Amino acid sequence: MDFTIPEELDEIRAGVRELCDRFPGEYWRELEPDRYPEEFVKALTNDGWLSALIPEEYGGPGLTITAASVIMEEINASGCNSGACHAQMYTMGTILRHGSDEQKERLLPKIAAGELRLQAFGVTEPTAGSDTTQIQTTATPTDGGYLIQGQKIWTSRALHSDLMLLLARTTPADQVEKKTLGLSTFIVDMKQALEAGNMTIRPIKTLMNHATTEIFLDDVFVPTENLVGDEGKGFRYILDGMNAERVLIAAECIGDGTWFIDKAAAYASEREVFGRPIGANQGIQFPIAEAHTAIEAANLMRYKAAWLFEQGLPCGAEANMAKYLGAEASWQAANACLDTHGGFGFAEEYDVERKFRETRLYKVAPVSNNLILAYVGQHVLGMPRSY
Amino acid sequence: MNQGDTNAIEAALRLKEAAGDCEVVLVSMGPDDAINSLRKGLAMGADRATLVSDTGAAGSDIVGTTNVLAAVLTHETPDLILFGQQSADSDGAVLWAAVADRLRQPVISQATSLDLSEGKATVKRQTEYGYDVIEAPLPCVIAVSDGINEPRYPSLKGIMGAKKKPQAIVTLESLGVGAEQAGTAGSRTEVKSLNDPPARGDSQLIEGDGEAAARVLAFLNEKKLT
Repeated sequence: MDFTIPEELDEIRAGVRELCDRFPGEYWRELEPDRYPEEFVKALTNDGWLSALIPEEYGGPGLTITAASVIMEEINASGCNSGACHAQMYTMGTILRHGSDEQKERLLPKIAAGELRLQAFGVTEPTAGSDTTQIQTTATPTDGGYLIQGQKIWTSRALHSDLMLLLARTTPADQVEKKTLGLSTFIVDMKQALEAGNMTIRPIKTLMNHATTEIFLDDVFVPTENLVGDEGKGFRYILDGMNAERVLIAAECIGDGTWFIDKAAAYASEREVFGRPIGANQGIQFPIAEAHTAIEAANLMRYKAAWLFEQGLPCGAEANMAKYLGAEASWQAANACLDTHGGFGFAEEYDVERKFRETRLYKVAPVSNNLILAYVGQHVLGMPRSY
Repeated sequence: MNQGDTNAIEAALRLKEAAGDCEVVLVSMGPDDAINSLRKGLAMGADRATLVSDTGAAGSDIVGTTNVLAAVLTHETPDLILFGQQSADSDGAVLWAAVADRLRQPVISQATSLDLSEGKATVKRQTEYGYDVIEAPLPCVIAVSDGINEPRYPSLKGIMGAKKKPQAIVTLESLGVGAEQAGTAGSRTEVKSLNDPPARGDSQLIEGDGEAAARVLAFLNEKKLT
């Protein structure tokens, strides 16, 4: 088994780190509580980092999921927050895999060039949550397209996106053979819908600066050419994109965990109380070492999932487990880091409390860790459905 | 890569972007893995790189190093040779002068701005008291200061594209540099020993014990520095 890290990944890491160094803790603190990191996202976009997964034929570099995940990891490991823009990297995957040639040629080069932002993903609804097949938003055929009616919630970055990938029911649930059928995926031109007055976006204040929103759709017109793939198969298309997303999110968690561990280990070695560094106490040192061990274990699962994905092999279990392990490990590292810093950990200028709030999200979104356990229990271990 | 070198590369890239039809070539001497540093310059946008890597060049002092670099530059015949002001390790700030001397070309250091026109370089040279404006005919050697520009950082496409750009690793023999001109044999200086600077006997360490600020203030008052 070869664990050599390809040189290319080190170069990507160095490049991302160099960019992120220009956005230190002060930058992120000044954005709190709810200003979007426009300058940071613009820098990432202009230098092509967010187009990593777009194939060369559409103007991207066509990197592997491993390389793309390294970009996300390094952003978070440097103290920045990829949550502001990670979806720009992977949302286009649905169009890439299931869109028509016309859609790919029309949209992907512009997304690769940073001219179009596709980083809003409208799936979750107030009454459906993780039970995606129960969504109430409908798309009704009309002349030349569809009219979308309904509501989405926890749609992040909607105010900072030109397009939204949206899931809506095109056939009522009681008229389909399986409840996973009859759902369709659309590309919604948000600017147009907002200008036409058919869409309202309301920001939701949250624990961390995350630019999330709820969206009200009132007969939003979507032309037929913006239906992705076949009508009624949208649920499958959305699921297809999940494995890549899970790997990238796992990498973000690992990046956060690395940041916490580095920060905690450095502080534990510098800070002297009772005449010696606090890290000389096992009560301080062991939680940091434990968290590091958990991060390393999550990292192995992340690389395994990425490798399987790149080989075209089934990787649902590994991608989900990588996200689970990453989120648990980063939270463990966050707590070890906060405990190590004592009262200073709560002071804004140390950035620990900000990262602490940011990394907590990963245990809940984009998929709850409990739902991953439910998936592993049922689909990997063959136990009865638990929900 | 030295920070100063990235300023020099940035200056070269800006000249190329303004002039269009020219080539930015990176030149260095070092072990094989120095090509990784050069690759960063290629990722920034340089066109190709040449690294002189030869066990015979190991241990070169400034005399040996300039013999080698002058040989590469004679081969390349550039219109303009740009250096960073100084290296990050030894802070020598003499290599560009020695290379210019070997090539018998004009040299301008500490450049904070640089314009090329009508076969000459016009440089604003930073001094302790202000600026000198100096002109030199091309070809010439210019060492840029860190104030000349803000170096760009490599984009993802730049990093991916750097691998495909020409990267030559050449030997002393291929440059026609004899064994006696490089390495320890080609050097005229020898490092006998390196030591830390002697400690200053009159320094005081004031630690943060709650009264440190008052003690610092008292010290400054005593020295009439407040």
